[in-house]
Amino acid sequence: MTAIDVPPVPSAPSVAVAPVRVHLFRRLAKRPLGVVSAIFLALVAVIAVIGPWIAPQDPNYADIRAILAPPSGVHLLGTDGSGRDVFSRLLSATQTSIAAALIAVIVAIVLGVVSGLIAGYYQGWFNTVATWVTELNMALPGIVVLLAARAVLGPSVWISMLIFGVLLAPAFYRLVYAAVTAVRGELYVDAARVSGLSDTRIIGRHVLAVVRAPIIIQAAIISGIALAIQSGLEFLGLGDVNVPTWGSMLTDGFKNIYKQPVLMIWPSLAIGLTCIALTLLANVMRDELERTVSVRRKRRRAVTTATGSIAAVTTSLSTSGGDAIEDPDELPVIEGAVITHPEDARSKASEKVLEIRDLRVGYDQPDGSHIEVVHGVSLDIRKGEVHGLIGESGSGKTQTAFGVLGLLPRGGHVTAGSIRYEGIELADASDRVYSGIRGKRIGYIPQEPMSNLDPSFTIGSQLVEPLRKNLGLSKKDATQRSLDLLARVGIPQPKRTFDAYPFEVSGGMAQRVLIAGAVSTDPDLIIADEPTTALDVTVQAEVLDLLRDLQAERNMAMLLVTHNFGVVADLCDRVTVMQNGVFVEQGPVRGIFGHARHPYTQALLDAILDEGPARPPLATKGAGA
Amino acid sequence: MLSFILRRLLSGVVLVAVISFLAFVLLYMGGGDIARRILGENATAETVAKKTEELGLNRPLLAQYGDWVTSAFTGDLGRSWFTGELVSVSVTNRLAVTLSLVIGATLISAILSVILGVLAARRGGAVDGTVQFLSLIGFAIPGFLIALFLVLVFAINLGWFKATGYVPIATSVGGWLSSVTLPIIALSIGAIATVAAQVRGSVIDATSRDYVRTLRSRGLGDGSVIYKHVLRNAGGPALAVLAVQFVGLLGGAVVVEQIFAIPGMGQLSVRSTTLGDIPVVMGLVIAFAVIVVIVNLLIDLAQAALNPKVRLS
Repeated sequence: MTAIDVPPVPSAPSVAVAPVRVHLFRRLAKRPLGVVSAIFLALVAVIAVIGPWIAPQDPNYADIRAILAPPSGVHLLGTDGSGRDVFSRLLSATQTSIAAALIAVIVAIVLGVVSGLIAGYYQGWFNTVATWVTELNMALPGIVVLLAARAVLGPSVWISMLIFGVLLAPAFYRLVYAAVTAVRGELYVDAARVSGLSDTRIIGRHVLAVVRAPIIIQAAIISGIALAIQSGLEFLGLGDVNVPTWGSMLTDGFKNIYKQPVLMIWPSLAIGLTCIALTLLANVMRDELERTVSVRRKRRRAVTTATGSIAAVTTSLSTSGGDAIEDPDELPVIEGAVITHPEDARSKASEKVLEIRDLRVGYDQPDGSHIEVVHGVSLDIRKGEVHGLIGESGSGKTQTAFGVLGLLPRGGHVTAGSIRYEGIELADASDRVYSGIRGKRIGYIPQEPMSNLDPSFTIGSQLVEPLRKNLGLSKKDATQRSLDLLARVGIPQPKRTFDAYPFEVSGGMAQRVLIAGAVSTDPDLIIADEPTTALDVTVQAEVLDLLRDLQAERNMAMLLVTHNFGVVADLCDRVTVMQNGVFVEQGPVRGIFGHARHPYTQALLDAILDEGPARPPLATKGAGA
Repeated sequence: MLSFILRRLLSGVVLVAVISFLAFVLLYMGGGDIARRILGENATAETVAKKTEELGLNRPLLAQYGDWVTSAFTGDLGRSWFTGELVSVSVTNRLAVTLSLVIGATLISAILSVILGVLAARRGGAVDGTVQFLSLIGFAIPGFLIALFLVLVFAINLGWFKATGYVPIATSVGGWLSSVTLPIIALSIGAIATVAAQVRGSVIDATSRDYVRTLRSRGLGDGSVIYKHVLRNAGGPALAVLAVQFVGLLGGAVVVEQIFAIPGMGQLSVRSTTLGDIPVVMGLVIAFAVIVVIVNLLIDLAQAALNPKVRLS
């Protein structure tokens, strides 16, 4: 379409239901750029209305004795190439220029919003037609269409802008269509429909509320574009010569560029500043809108975590009894030292691979504050030992794991404490320190198999690349080793999987590939972040078997992050229980399972369902420590 | 892969056919009025009727379109009503000029956008803020204002480049460079602003993906993770925006050619539409549509090369 690529506006799915507009405009007042832009646009709007009346002289009166006169008391900004008063022309031109741009925007909004609502709400053939029209629209530069129209219809700013409005309509159509499609699937819209509300009321109430703010933002951007194109057409001399516009003033200035270059400045400033103000205002509005959305999203997520977490701890095992815990605040939280169980006969040799002491992990916030998510935890992992780290979602166990790997998300840091791997300090270390360790001595198995393989590269290349980098293998050797690994992790046709792209294999296969990648360099330590959570139950068992076999066969130590006590019982030698960013209980698996002393651990263990008789409701409050 | 190309090619052909029909109907709909406009208000009804018949405008619209299509297939797009020149000849003569501007601007914007976008996404902070602000301003200011400003400063005040006129590359490479530099800069700024913002966004998005963390966990450094994996995944959305920008650049060239007095398709468009030289306008519309379709096809192929999902579906 046209000379236009309209930048994306946050669309409906991200914009929640509640009205945003009040907050939006109030917040806008706090952004200087937004305020300046709004004031400037208001000024332009006022001039557009009263300009022709306050112009000191007739904008079209040509005084041939005063051609290209310099600024003076009579002619505030001088005169143009025909001896017309520049200041008066500038004032009256504002009306035409702004009105013409507005026509395009209004036509675009009416066409785009109405067709977007209809197509999005009812889908079907209307949508097919609209898509085709959009495609057609994209195939020609807008200005070429406008020129062709002028060849037929003659010079008229208004007709040109009417047509341009049609060309711009897809910008609104796409926005509204996407928003409506997202909203109509929402449960509250279903509920409204079931309760007998008419389509028009649903559209007005629920759908328009969602797209209103994005439409306003889009309109600001589109106004700038319309003004630019309109001025461009006028500048090319395609408008009506009798109507003063910013674009035609620019033409006159350009003609006299050698004699009086300053003539170009005024219309340029008018066009340029108005366009910039519109874009800046739109941008400030978008920023504020996105902030509103992200705050709301965070809030929503916090609620989910609080209510859904305890059920998640016991995962697939927990099917009933959830009603016992209604308020997460009732979960026993006990301040103080970690309860440590004595070692038992099954404990492995005492040589440590990894030593974590008083580790703290925190995130820098955009507003300069700092939020700590892991509050000083200590952990040892011995050679060949599988150490389970268990806790509910949001307890900080994954943050601990990423802290060890030096792979915390943006803004995250290890803020205190030490992480020693074979004597090397890794706490908040640079990539240089990690090179030769991460990916070579320490392997990582992620949680969600499908999103952890790069979809643009074959599975094989993602295995070969690290092998060549870390072990310096030739391409041929690395390929052979990758194929062997794929066979080892139980992939039936290694060559076929090697050549496949990640989206061509199942989740279970992808997880085997990721395990193969993690063990490919024969590491001493594997950090596995809920390696079976995302898999089907039957596949989970197979993957756990594979992990156990590989661990025993290669005598690797493993830090196994999980929220499933079944996995802990199955695989681990020792276990650490984590709650709210601190460790609460630590020790050999038997000790913890047999004699859990911390009420939180007991609560987690009691929540496991097995084939025994029905249990009494989950003990929470007042459970002895 | 072959069926993917054929499908895209077919839809392109259909698109050009639809555009040619719509454009023809709209342009020739006026019938007798067209002759009147050419001859002026003072022409007698008799001369208008004669002109109408001479140009074949009295025949049914569909028959006229049928004739146009038949000769278009042989490469004949008719003759200008004013100069008598073959439309196909005058359009192709100007094609190379416009394409050299637009392709030059596309390449420059692509390269600079990637550099700026990656820089902003990776560095963050003040660098990011500056790039974002500049791209906002670059997006907001109309291209022809930038062109006028460049003429004023670099051609007229400093005299570094030619203000107007065009030197064919065959005549003098240096002269050609001097004549296209300012137009290409004027065209590029808006495109760079838009594409750089997209590259920044896509790179940030791709960097936050799980597989990037996993690739890092395998011991791969920035060289591979950012410049191989992230850029390839960020390339798709950026290419899509570049394709839209290309159409925008074609439109921008119309105005820029006028400012720099460059004899390209844009200048021909302005002249033929002002005169009402309908066969030339029709030829130009088709030429623009064909260019856009070809570019979109090339972008689709590039998308397929980048993204195996496109290639394999």
